[in-house]
Amino acid sequence: MDFNFKDEQLQLADALKRWIARDYTFEARRAIVGSPAGVSDAAWGTLAELGLTALPLPAAHGGFDGDAVDMFVVMQELGRGLVVEPYVATMLGAEFLRRGGAHGELLDRVAGGELKLACALGERQSRHDLRDVATRAVQEDGGWRLSGEKKVVLHGAQAGVLVVSARSGGAQRDEAGITLFAVEADAPGVVTRDVRMLDGQRAADVLLRDVRVDAAAVIGTAGHGWDTLEAAADYGAALLCAEALGAMDALFATTLDYLKTRQQFGVPIGKFQALQHRMADMYVHLEQARSMALLAAVRLAEEARAADDGKAAATARRRVVSAAKYRVGQAARFVGQQAIQLHGGMGVTDELPASHYFKRLSTIELTLGDCDHHLARFIAQPGFLDQEAA
Amino acid sequence: MDLTYTGDDLAFRDQVRAFLEAELPADLRHKVQHHLRLHKDDYVRWHRILARQDWVAPGWPREYGGPDWTPAQRHIFDEECARAGTPPVLPFGVNMVAPVIMAFGSQAQKDYYLPRILSCEDWWCQGYSEPGAGSDLASLKTTAVLKRDDEGEHYVVNGQKTWTTLAQHADMIFCLVRTDPTVRKQEGISFLLIDMHAPGVTVRPIIMLDEDHEVNEVFFDNVRVPVSNLVGQENKGWTYAKYLLGHERTGIAAVGRSKRELARLKELARREQKDGRPLLHDPLFAAKVADLEIELMALEMTVLRVLADAHKAPGPEASVLKVRGTEIQQRLSELMVEAAGPLALPFDAAYLEGERDHSVIDDDFAAPLLPHYFNVRKTSIYGGSNEIQRNIISQMILGL
Repeated sequence: MDFNFKDEQLQLADALKRWIARDYTFEARRAIVGSPAGVSDAAWGTLAELGLTALPLPAAHGGFDGDAVDMFVVMQELGRGLVVEPYVATMLGAEFLRRGGAHGELLDRVAGGELKLACALGERQSRHDLRDVATRAVQEDGGWRLSGEKKVVLHGAQAGVLVVSARSGGAQRDEAGITLFAVEADAPGVVTRDVRMLDGQRAADVLLRDVRVDAAAVIGTAGHGWDTLEAAADYGAALLCAEALGAMDALFATTLDYLKTRQQFGVPIGKFQALQHRMADMYVHLEQARSMALLAAVRLAEEARAADDGKAAATARRRVVSAAKYRVGQAARFVGQQAIQLHGGMGVTDELPASHYFKRLSTIELTLGDCDHHLARFIAQPGFLDQEAA
Repeated sequence: MDLTYTGDDLAFRDQVRAFLEAELPADLRHKVQHHLRLHKDDYVRWHRILARQDWVAPGWPREYGGPDWTPAQRHIFDEECARAGTPPVLPFGVNMVAPVIMAFGSQAQKDYYLPRILSCEDWWCQGYSEPGAGSDLASLKTTAVLKRDDEGEHYVVNGQKTWTTLAQHADMIFCLVRTDPTVRKQEGISFLLIDMHAPGVTVRPIIMLDEDHEVNEVFFDNVRVPVSNLVGQENKGWTYAKYLLGHERTGIAAVGRSKRELARLKELARREQKDGRPLLHDPLFAAKVADLEIELMALEMTVLRVLADAHKAPGPEASVLKVRGTEIQQRLSELMVEAAGPLALPFDAAYLEGERDHSVIDDDFAAPLLPHYFNVRKTSIYGGSNEIQRNIISQMILGL
């Protein structure tokens, strides 16, 4: 057993910290959030220079074959820095393409920082259930015609290529019959409506009006997209857990600092036991969440190393990722709400970073499966309800 | 970052499993798994089985008879013992007084007491709490006054200790006593080893809410204690007591035992029926169990992270483990009672004591659950209440 991060991982974290402290300060970020684009080309350029856009991609496509633990380190820093660039959306999209295996040219461009991706998975009725797909994919003239509407697509309007889940067969909530496509964002019939979220990030509604794509747009095998979709979503959930960890760390630290400096009744408010015990409870949440976020990252990395896509490995992955997303979500809610409370009136202003961390954490909780979704999924895994095979 | 055990660790695990398979008496395993009451002989028997293997004191250095295990091996050992359902090795001798004697005791004390702790020749109990000194331990009032007479120097001890676990079996008690009432309260305390069979020592039972006799009051009425039973220096007892805090870093989380209890809870919730299907299939109940299982997964990982830092001095992280570990134990006992429902209500002390083989309501699974639920309320109170642990976290980790 080894719980240490590798030197290269620590160096990467340091580089990110330095960049954020210098170029992505709270005020710089505020300006980016308020800009029409909502993201910064300069920042994206730096992320690419630092090697982050290439990090988890295959070496064959300009990547560094980074694993989920490498990504944990990166996401933690991006969370700490409240970075609003479309990194999760792009890396999640890349994970779809990597698993699909056929879109090497797109991966080359992602690795080089030239292409951003987004994943159009959710729909109006689907809530957190990604198998609930009503968007239609109909085969036509050797290609496909897509129609439907995807909702709250993270960074959908900032992407050059969209990963789209569509139904080519089966009933609306079947796992079978889902086909994944890589769709150019400027293809005729693709209409995106960019919206800002309160955490400062962007999302889009994506309307697909009889969008024509050719057969090569299919990611993986037509009709058999579910396994890829589910595995990639788990990867994305693990990224979000790590980002939440970084955000919680920073929020906890700034709250602790506030308790040591804010004076009332002639003493720092951190001298009051009611507040001390709240902080102790937040600390316990934070450490438990850190354990689960790390566990998820390590398991995904192990699964990738073993190249094991068997049934047992998939069950183990679902169990750990859902447990992590659930536990991190609970901690995010507790730490987030209490941090605001402990900041008093300042906590509910736009002025301090505290509220911005809270808003990001709240968004993460509702992204790629909330606590209830993941708890139900944990329960549904073989071995929980029925006797584990000895 | 790599969470897999090494080949050596796995070989060690197999060795422990084989040992437990061969050596753990079936009646002890049964008692532990069913939350039946353990008697003095049960503890002693298991202690001596482990001692024969030199496995009774995993935390001791090699020179005193410890097995010299790595942190991972110690974790594996704890885990496997819990899984198998062994009685606990009581901490008072092995994990509490022994480390203090090793660190601060005289050579004579080491030579005499440590082998007797290993062999369970002496049963130790802990004399810290007093009626007026619980969380505020340093306000303790039991006095030890140095006297000299024809037979040499000795202390005369007067006062009362309370919540003394299993003192009814004890041969020795290690006590914090006040040797200087004139200085700051932490600075006038000494660490004294007292013979429970000495004249003037009286043990009176305290019956707890589960009607079990687990703890006691211990009274000292002009008890004569040889000066050679003072550990270290006079008036340094508080320092020695603090040394113990966090010494037992991770065992307090009781992850192994909670994993065994979780498996029992699920077994029970599969057996019980609700609306014509297993209780565990009820979404409300399943959600509670799953929430707890996830908390336990997280705690296990947290324990491993603390263990990985074991080369550092023992730290206040143990407080996190104590708070969450005891909360999980309590929640498990709570859900087991919920799962058993009304079947948990009949109380059968004779069955718990092992005086008959089966419970009066013919449900050996359900019968001990309610007493157990009541019993484990203690876990968030003893060993530094969970509120004291939160003080430690906020002051020692967070610097508030």
